[in-house]
Amino acid sequence: MKPFVQCSGIKKSFGSKEVLKGVDLIVEEGKTLVILGGSGSGKSVLLKIIIGLLKPDSGRIFIEGEDVTDYSEKELLSIRRKISYMFQWGALFDSMTVFDNVAFPLREMGVSENEVEERVAEKLSILGLKDAGKLFPQDLSGGMKKRVALARSIISEPKCILYDEPTAGLDPITANQINKLIRKMQQMLNITSVVVTHDIKSMFYVADKVAFLYEGIINFYGDIAEAEKSGSDTLKEFIYGGERNGV
Amino acid sequence: MALEKFARGIEEFGEIIILGAKTVKTVFTTKPDIPQISYQMVLMGSQSMNIVMVTGLFVGMVLAIQTAYTLAAFGAKLYIGEVVSVSMTRELGPALISLLVGGRVGAGITAELGTMNVTEQIDALRSMGADPVKKLVSPRLIAFVISLPILVLIANAMGVLGGYFISALELDISGKFYMNHVFRMLKFNDVFSGLGKTLFFAVFVTLIACRNGFKAQGGADGVGRATTSTVVLSAITILISNFFLTKLFLIL
Repeated sequence: MKPFVQCSGIKKSFGSKEVLKGVDLIVEEGKTLVILGGSGSGKSVLLKIIIGLLKPDSGRIFIEGEDVTDYSEKELLSIRRKISYMFQWGALFDSMTVFDNVAFPLREMGVSENEVEERVAEKLSILGLKDAGKLFPQDLSGGMKKRVALARSIISEPKCILYDEPTAGLDPITANQINKLIRKMQQMLNITSVVVTHDIKSMFYVADKVAFLYEGIINFYGDIAEAEKSGSDTLKEFIYGGERNGV
Repeated sequence: MALEKFARGIEEFGEIIILGAKTVKTVFTTKPDIPQISYQMVLMGSQSMNIVMVTGLFVGMVLAIQTAYTLAAFGAKLYIGEVVSVSMTRELGPALISLLVGGRVGAGITAELGTMNVTEQIDALRSMGADPVKKLVSPRLIAFVISLPILVLIANAMGVLGGYFISALELDISGKFYMNHVFRMLKFNDVFSGLGKTLFFAVFVTLIACRNGFKAQGGADGVGRATTSTVVLSAITILISNFFLTKLFLIL
């Protein structure tokens, strides 16, 4: 299978704290990779490095075989048209309505206003936000914010979506809806997905492959069945919450 | 420790210069975002109007009283129109209003951009291929460069009006006599040099405020610290640059 994203020896420190200590990772085209890891393990940092919001201290990032590590903001534009990022807390623009938030990527691409209206209305309707277009982010519940963020990530029809904790802070029913949408997107549109989470239920629902980021390196990489059988005690503890280890 | 602080100051200065260069390039090479500029002008300009008018009026009145007190010792009380108008347009209007409005506008910009930064909205902009300098900095810079001189001009007029009230009501100088003296003395260059300085102040305040907003980290606490830093740094920059700009405009 062709890799869509490839990380090779990624290291990143903040001050004296080394967060990533040499991450090697492959995200196959059209598949969903779930990156598991505890809070503060560097999962979100890794996503930001993939899309070029942060630069690694060393190591290389390849997108569809193209080395984009040293790309300038201008050069990254073509990459950011292919990959979209769904932020953990939505990162919706406070000063804009839901409609304008979702329309933002299309307007940046210079799409005509008629088409923008059509496409935004369609996506809002799919995500059950048909009547929310005129609301502002502060008027929305946590679940609605996530769905608006999801609508904004898929509106430009990217080849790949990076999801940062898509189900964090949601009730089980809304979390389940988001999981279904992620799966649907991947199956219908063949979108490559990277899902950063510590929600195990979500992992079982959406993952084709699992990577476990622990102490700055990928401690495990494989499919779900392999993850369950993994010899790594830390991963088992992470998945089963210590139940099988008697913790 | 002191060396570290000094190095950080130099780094901060460098970041403001780089942001300034990028913003100037963006302003001159991209189409202006008129709706956003208009919106910012309402926030910065229209909404500062009341405070500017009150400040201008009272500064003018105080200036008239103080000047009359000093000039009376030389028997020159009648020249109050000249002193009030020139002091107001050349110095007090530009410096005081820039300090006041600069603090208000700078704090607002840093708080807004800082909050956007800590809630990842700036990252979201970049991830969607938008340039934060183009979207956030240049409309604010253009709006403030237009708004501040207008506000100062209004404050100047209010200051002269304040002097008029004091002359007529307290100093027994007729309003007509006062206004004649104002217009006899006041030259285009006085108003121009005062307003010219405010263009620079507007640029300094906007760049300091935007840079601090972009660098704010760590939630509400970080945004609060960044905002305080903007107010302090803007005030010091206005006061110091005022000296050099005054010298420069005297030469021109």
